[in-house]
Amino acid sequence: MSRNALISLIVLLVAAPLLPGIALKTKSVLTGRRGAPVLQVYYDLWKLGWKRSVYSATTTWIFRAGPAVMLVSLVAAALFLPLDGRAAPAAFAGDLVAFAALLALGRFALVLAGLDTGSSFEGMGASREVTFATFAEPALFLCLIALVLATGELSLSGMLGAPLAAAWTRAPASLSLVGISLFVLLLVENSRVPADDPATHLELTMIHEVIVLDHGGPDLAVILYSSALKLALFAALVASVFVPRARLGAAASVVALLAALILVSAAVGVVESAMARLRLTRVPQLLAGAGALACFGIVLLLA
Amino acid sequence: MHTAPQVALLFIVLMNFAVLGTSRLSTCIRAVAVQGLLLGVLALLLAPRFSLHTGVLALGTIVVKAVTLPWFLAWAIREAAVRREVEPLVGFNASLLLGVLAVALAFAIAARLPLPGMQQELLVPVSLATVITGFIVLTARRKALTQVVGYLVLENGIYLFGLTQTESMPFLLELGVLLDLFVVVFIMGIVVFHINREFDSLDSARLDELTD
Repeated sequence: MSRNALISLIVLLVAAPLLPGIALKTKSVLTGRRGAPVLQVYYDLWKLGWKRSVYSATTTWIFRAGPAVMLVSLVAAALFLPLDGRAAPAAFAGDLVAFAALLALGRFALVLAGLDTGSSFEGMGASREVTFATFAEPALFLCLIALVLATGELSLSGMLGAPLAAAWTRAPASLSLVGISLFVLLLVENSRVPADDPATHLELTMIHEVIVLDHGGPDLAVILYSSALKLALFAALVASVFVPRARLGAAASVVALLAALILVSAAVGVVESAMARLRLTRVPQLLAGAGALACFGIVLLLA
Repeated sequence: MHTAPQVALLFIVLMNFAVLGTSRLSTCIRAVAVQGLLLGVLALLLAPRFSLHTGVLALGTIVVKAVTLPWFLAWAIREAAVRREVEPLVGFNASLLLGVLAVALAFAIAARLPLPGMQQELLVPVSLATVITGFIVLTARRKALTQVVGYLVLENGIYLFGLTQTESMPFLLELGVLLDLFVVVFIMGIVVFHINREFDSLDSARLDELTD
């Protein structure tokens, strides 16, 4: 692992809780409120970390393992992303499937933990989360297939690394479509506004928030951090597609990564303040649209 | 010069997806209006040099397809007090899938068509995809108004195909086509009105009930 890749990974892991804060701050500013401090998630993590865990008597080890599995799978997924724009800490041909599988594993662990509580609210949230996932995953794979076709590389490290800049000159249209599609996926996968409202406080309408209702203390802190990390992973993915950083210097690429992460989360905030949440039945439609964009990108590449 | 028409053509395909994927009539109409605007702009972009011919053609296209017809359709929705939702026979996700298949098919067919004098290789596949999309909307939606939208999308595709031959296509012929389109949509508007008055709905499937 190169020193530069390690530094970018640490930057991502440390800066992840910043992103929800920036999205929230953007939303607050655009709607004329002052809003919580940008560092709010760090404060929350600190506060939750010092609390005691309380477990319901109906839960089993599955409930306790959920947050840990989610965190580990997301950190492992981060290892496959070439965060410095050159090479990822870990790479092999076909690691894009491993990346998607690790994301799915994290979701699976959280959904199981939610179901383990036996609460009907959490079961409902879990079923919604999984319903959206069945539509989001094909779209993610279509995006990745388009990237494979555009760059001719089979690992995330390759397709988001140096060959991407060359691909932008050959197929700018396909790559823009893939980038837009990935941004829609980011919104849905991270329970952002058109799919879910992170600020909601009504159990019936929540999706992500309702699954974690029974978690508290350090467990909730781990989940909070993992959600921020997932947002950061997707933001890094979108940023890597739109801004190939292979030609930048070592320090410049890390700075560019941080700037891109901030920019993507600000864009999330703009979307959140500009549009209302979609009706539950419309979200699969949105995801099918994202998949259609990626398909169109693939067709353009094959033509 | 080479990329601007490509971007316009991509947006035309995206508008096809929008028509297939949306559940709101007004979004459908807006998407068709944007498509009409793009067609007008495309006529200007694809012309090797600016002439009165292309200028009038582009202006006529924009006035008829992007302003008059959408306005007329929006007026029909308001006056006939239609429910503003599309009633699909084939679901939205399935329609989108069909739309993607249409695009794939169009690219596959266009690669095999021997056409002379192609300046813009995306033009033929996009026009074929738009024609097929028009057919999908025509067959997979119940409301008479969405069928008008489907007809417009279909016509947009034919117009795109015509753009490959702008140099050799007589001016009067193109204006005649635009006029025909206008008249047809006008008649369809009147038919829509009568269906609405007869059945209190715009469901074209209920035309089966008509007898002598």
